[in-house]
Amino acid sequence: MGTSSEPLILTAIILAKVAVVLLVFLTSVAYAVWLERKVVAHIQSRWGPYLVGPHGLLQPVADGLKFLFKEDIEPREVDRLIYYLAPFVAFTMAFASIAVIPFGESITILGHKINFEITSLNVGLLFILAVTSLGVYGIALAGWSSNSKFPLFGGLRSSAQMISYELSLGLALVGVVLISGSLNLREIVDQQQGLWNIVRQPLGFLLYISAAIAETNRTPFDLPEAESELVGGFHTEYSSYKFAMFFIAEYANIFTVSCLATLMFFGGWHGPVFGPHLLRAFLPVLWFGLKVFCFVFAYIWIRGTLPRFRYDQLMSFGWKFLLPLALANVLITSFVVAWRAS
Amino acid sequence: MIQDYLPILIHMVIVVVLALALMGLSSWVGVRRPTREKNAPYECGIPPVGNAREKFSISFYLVGMLFILFDVEVAFLFPWAVVYKSLKWFGFIEMFIFVGVLFAGYIYIWKKGALDWSR
Repeated sequence: MGTSSEPLILTAIILAKVAVVLLVFLTSVAYAVWLERKVVAHIQSRWGPYLVGPHGLLQPVADGLKFLFKEDIEPREVDRLIYYLAPFVAFTMAFASIAVIPFGESITILGHKINFEITSLNVGLLFILAVTSLGVYGIALAGWSSNSKFPLFGGLRSSAQMISYELSLGLALVGVVLISGSLNLREIVDQQQGLWNIVRQPLGFLLYISAAIAETNRTPFDLPEAESELVGGFHTEYSSYKFAMFFIAEYANIFTVSCLATLMFFGGWHGPVFGPHLLRAFLPVLWFGLKVFCFVFAYIWIRGTLPRFRYDQLMSFGWKFLLPLALANVLITSFVVAWRAS
Repeated sequence: MIQDYLPILIHMVIVVVLALALMGLSSWVGVRRPTREKNAPYECGIPPVGNAREKFSISFYLVGMLFILFDVEVAFLFPWAVVYKSLKWFGFIEMFIFVGVLFAGYIYIWKKGALDWSR
């Protein structure tokens, strides 16, 4: 400690962590698309992608390359600055939130204790909520700047839906914060040693997962992309990598809400840990990954199963059902916590 | 404290560079053969009619306003929840009154029909 090379080593550790997390995250996002196409195909008695590589496993690579070589169309009379800014905002905001997600305990390499996360904030949960709500700008701006009717309607619908369900999303998480008394994600996970929060907050979890599916614009709340009414929704006028970035952002958001669900309600990386030092360090990461995978799979399963809401049903479900229920959950939880504390 | 945020800065710089690289590369590598029809706003194959930036339903503004009201409430609930265990019953009664006032407003906007989309 105190040597002149210390800041350099710390910076190197941060850079290495960011590189590894981004690489794993991008790969997971790419393969979530493959998984979705495969699972939905099998639900509908089709094969899904199977030509590129074994079981179509190289499909994400092929898609990525194809996006790169596609024509970059810029429609007439678009608001150029905002038009190019929108996918950029959606992409960067979707990737910002993974910076505070812890995915394991820690490992000691050459005397340096390395936590399995990019950084630990005492307001980690607030950071994620703040950054994910900024993602709505990407969608609203894309719809507005495209100078086309379908993107405008898609963008409006999508923004209204996302801000409506954000309330229930935030309120559902207040219950967990009441129990743990912390906004630090690592502390929240540590307190679930032995008993996961899903047991203490079953209603909170159901509210959270419903709101989260709506937040990420997924079936049965995928109104923004209701193909039969709105063509492609807010990204109708986007092509090549500009479109791909919206696409990546959507799947990245699915991972973010799945990670948050795992951390807040399913004990994060807690699970049976055994074996030598290295295995002890990486088994929690494996448990965390497995739990997140279950959520992503459930997302796809729901998409393959449920039909789409009508827009007025969607809005009244959010405002008249989820919101009062989430408020009631907060009041009940606070009552129980105060009763047990006194 | 503040150095906890440094990794986020590094992370964001890398993400921004990645985003710019992807967008730049695709517009550099991809072909560009713009035609008048191709660059027209999409309208299911027929020539576009009028400007897209038209009037739209007032309900969207209403949702936006209601969202701000209730989101401020949620923002108040988070710090309250963090210190709740030391406030105990005092905190419960305080927040019960706060949520009660907002709930009265909620009933009011419901009765006024602000939450009915298809009106």
